[in-house]
This record gives sequence, C-alpha cells and structure tokens, in this order.
Amino acid sequence: MVMAPHSDKAALPAAAARKRLGGAALLPPLLLALLLATMLYSVTVGRYEVGVREVLSILWSHVVPGAQSQASAIAATVVEQVRLPRILAAVLIGFGLAISGAALQGLFRNPLVDPGIIGVTAGAGFGGTLAILLGISGYGLLAIAFGFGIASVVVVKYLATVGGRTSLLMLVLAGVVVSAFFAAAISIAKLLADPFQKLPAITYWLMGSIASNDYGDVALLAVAIVPSAAVVYLLRYQINIMSLGEERAQALGTPIATVRWTILLASAFISAGVVATSGIIGWVGLVMPHVARAFVGADHGRVLPVAGLIGAIYLLLVDNVARTATTAEIPLGIITALIGVPVFAVILRRLHSHGGWRGD
Amino acid sequence: MAGGAVIEVEDLGVRRGGRLIIERCTIAVPRGGILAVLGANGVGKTTLLMTLTGVLKPEIGRLRVDGRTGYVPQLYDVAFSYSAMDIALMGRARHVGLFGAPRQRDYAIVRRYFRLMGIDDLEERTFNTLSGGQRQLVVIAQALASECDVLILDEPCAALDYKNQRIVIDLLARLSREHGLTVVFTTHAPQHAVEIASEVLLMYPAGPALGGAREDVLNAGNLSSLYDVPIGRADFVGSDRFTYAPLYGDGTEAAR
Repeated sequence: MVMAPHSDKAALPAAAARKRLGGAALLPPLLLALLLATMLYSVTVGRYEVGVREVLSILWSHVVPGAQSQASAIAATVVEQVRLPRILAAVLIGFGLAISGAALQGLFRNPLVDPGIIGVTAGAGFGGTLAILLGISGYGLLAIAFGFGIASVVVVKYLATVGGRTSLLMLVLAGVVVSAFFAAAISIAKLLADPFQKLPAITYWLMGSIASNDYGDVALLAVAIVPSAAVVYLLRYQINIMSLGEERAQALGTPIATVRWTILLASAFISAGVVATSGIIGWVGLVMPHVARAFVGADHGRVLPVAGLIGAIYLLLVDNVARTATTAEIPLGIITALIGVPVFAVILRRLHSHGGWRGD
Repeated sequence: MAGGAVIEVEDLGVRRGGRLIIERCTIAVPRGGILAVLGANGVGKTTLLMTLTGVLKPEIGRLRVDGRTGYVPQLYDVAFSYSAMDIALMGRARHVGLFGAPRQRDYAIVRRYFRLMGIDDLEERTFNTLSGGQRQLVVIAQALASECDVLILDEPCAALDYKNQRIVIDLLARLSREHGLTVVFTTHAPQHAVEIASEVLLMYPAGPALGGAREDVLNAGNLSSLYDVPIGRADFVGSDRFTYAPLYGDGTEAAR
C-alpha cells in the first residue's frame, strides 16, 4: 500500500469516540461493584438471620490472621459452609454460561444459539444420570458427568467433520443428533431407576440446582470456567471476524479452524463443569448476551465481560429466590426458564423489528 | 507476460465440490492494473477470486499473487448490530494477533480510509441499517484497512443504483491511479470494464477463459458468445465514448 502513514488528525476523532464510548468503558467496573454488593447481600439472605456486619467480620477473620470474629459459631457455619459456596457457584455458573453463550452465538453467527447446542449439556446430563443410577455420588459423579460432556463434543466434532472439513451447519446438526441420543439415554436411565430413591434424585438433579454445592463443586467450577472464559475473552476480536462467516473470516486472514475449536472446547469445559456440579441450567447462556448487547453494542470485546458480569448477578439473584421463596428449595433451572422464556420472547420481537439480526 | 506483473495466472484449474469449475485460465495483471472478470452466473468468477485470495488452492496450473490481498465479498448483512467501525476494524485481522484486539493505531488506519472515501460520518452507524452503497464502501474500507496490495472485489456494483455504481467505480479507478493498488473485480456490466479496466478476463461455462488487454478482448463478438445473447457496441454521438449492450428482438445483425 502506497498511502501515507496515518496522520495525527486521526487522534482527534479517536478521542471523541473514546468519550462517546465512555459509558461502555465504565460499565464493567460498575457491574463488578454491583456483583460484589449483590454477593454480600446474598450472604445475609435466608432463614437464619445474619447481618452484613457479621458477614464482614466472619470474612475478615479469614483474611487477617489473628483477627477474631465477633459472630456466633452458628453464623460462621451458615456463612462459610452453607451460603458462601453456593453464592460462589451461582456467580461462576452465571458468568461462565453467559460468556460461553455469547461466544457461541458469535461463532455460529446466530443470536438464538445456546451453550447446549454442541451437545455437551445433554452428554454431561446423561453422565450425571448414569452416576446417580449406579449409586455414585460426590467426585465420582462430577468426573463421570464432566467426562461425558467432553466426550460428547468430541463425538460432535467427529460427526461434523466430513473429508477433513467441518461446516457450521454440520456442527449444529451433529449437536442436535448427539443431544437427541443422550436425551433418549436419559429417559432409559430414568425408566430403569428405582422410582422411590433414585428417580427423584435424577429428576431433581437434572432440573438444575446448586443447593448442595460445596467447596469441591466450587473448585471444579472455577477450574472449568475461569481459564475457559479467559481464553474466550482473548479471542474476542477473532469472534467478531468469525461472525461474518467462515469464508470471509478466512479471506481476512483468521485461522478459522484454530479459533473455532478453541471456542468450542472452552465452551464444552464451561458447560460440562456446570452440568456436572449443578445439573442443567438453561436460558442463561441464551438470554444474557442479548442483555449485554443492548448495553454495549455487538463488539465481543465489550459484550463478553458485560454478559459474564450480568449473568453472574442474574443467577445469584435467581438463586436467592430459589432458596427463599418457598420453604422447599425450587430448582434453579425452573426459575431461569420461567424468567428466560418471556424475556427471550421480547428479545425476539425486538430483534425482528430493529433489523438487528438477519438470518442467512 | 510483463515482468512487472503482480498477478500471474497460467493455465489455472480449480475444483470445487469435485467438479472442475475453472479450467485453463491465463491472465497477467501489472502493478496498478485493473482486471475486470466477466461471465455468466455460475462460471466460477467467485471461485477464481477465492483462489486469488488464497482461500482455495489451485489444483492445476500456476498462480502467483505478489503482495497481500484484500477481499470484498458480495454485499452482505451481518448477524449482529456491529457499527461500521467494528466491521472495518475486522480488516486489521492480519495485523492484530490471535489473542489481541485492535489498538489506537488500527482505529487511525480505518479512519484514514473512511475519510478517503468520504464516509467518516458513518463510523458509529449500525452496519445493517446502512444503504447498499454505504455498506459496500464500509466493506471496501475493511479490505483497504488490511493494507493490501491487491484489492479483490466480488460484484462490487451488483444491487447498487447508478449513482452508487459510479461512486464505487470511480473509487476503484482512483485507488489504482493514485495509490498504485492492483484491482480485480467481477461484474455483469461490460460498461464497468470499458470505463476502468486495463485487462479483461472472459470466463465461459466450458473451455478456456479468454484473457488479455481490454482493447484486445472486449468486443461485441466475444461478449455475444460469452453471454449467449447478441450484444452490440453503441457509440455515443458527439463523444468518443461507447458501451456494450444486449440487443433483443429484430435488427440485431445490423448492429453487429
């Protein structure tokens, strides 16, 4: 190219644009503060009364060696062993599902894509069901569910690759096939399950709940979600390009196979981790990216962190409802669906009327 | 062919979906030249462009493109409401690392091309809400932002009205003349080739493609066999300008 190197004049509109985008740049720290506040508030929510001051004192006693908590031993147990792991799990799950959903929607250039599309959710769901059926719980269940989740994305990759090439359509169809297979397998497992002990356990687990999550679950969630989300975020600009379509992305110089499989694998890790620890929680990965786009536009560099933070806050609030609305625990997946479906209907109509999405 | 050729295609054959789509295609384009590719629907014009960009591999013959290519696909919508700036920034893919994102310098380069094309006011508009002509210019800016040496465009004037065709065609001529860019574009309007092309490639449904300097290749006879429709040359009275247009009905022989 023989054109002159960029002139200094470009700096002027750049500064103006920064100013205009200032709102979008301020949003992530704002949401982070909101998330921390919501987390603190959530610890105080529940049947056993614990004040914010007590919570802070309990947490402080862990951070500062030698500091004595003024709270009672029961309060400390409630905060540390019951509520905190659950809150951390809700935050990680909401964060992970929303980021995975946003990345997959970009990759498949379809805003109606959910992390379940690549078959991982159904695969991990079957793994967990199988574990319960076989009487395996704890780390055994986690391992089997996670293993089946990852295995199903490998099967999807194998089915979708014809003659060394993979089309996005084949990926979606292979995801549908694998999901359908595992859905049938889950039905068989339910049929074989002891209807008084295991069947309720399977059904409840599949509906999605983090009621029994402990620090072991939180650790698995963190290991599955944090690195995966980081990798997805690093690929933010490549996701923008991939959303133009693979041939165009290739012509622009993007290594499409690398980007695609990295994102699919990262999403598979996130989904497998979520399902293994907490069952199937739908609609978060589908809806949260839309909420984020409404705030910051389509650029994935801005959408991914905002979607993640909104997802975390959302799931935390939903879980607060799940554990306090009635005397019995409501499965999380039921509430996310009850809220997610109508919100999604509104988004669909908005998309249609604003020309924000045009299918191919 | 000339030693200074930026694009050299010799006896090229490309297969797609098991079928030989392009066969025995030969053409050379010098630096700063403009190649117009003409042919009926489905003769492999887009396939040829994808081969020039390196997305498809040539199977038969030789192909050499000097320097980086920038590709402008046919007019498209995107799935998300990206701004015009977001779209044009994607052209920086080769300069931004796999895990990177565009920096200030990338924004500056895009803005430079937006100014060059007189579309700086579109920067923050939503791409999908722009008119066809505006979208075409944004995508050309995307290709230019890759700092390419060869600009490859797939039917840049299709779906555009006369005024926008004029804008795009003038822009291509200017990029070649003032910035030394080599341009390759496909079109269904021989008029575009008459106006700005230095070389022309005619692609037939079967058999070898006919390529060469515009004066040698572009004439009523070749165009008539290319489109399988009688095509005549029309000279504008009182001017040395002319065009080619299809002739329907009676009197076709006279015009030839």
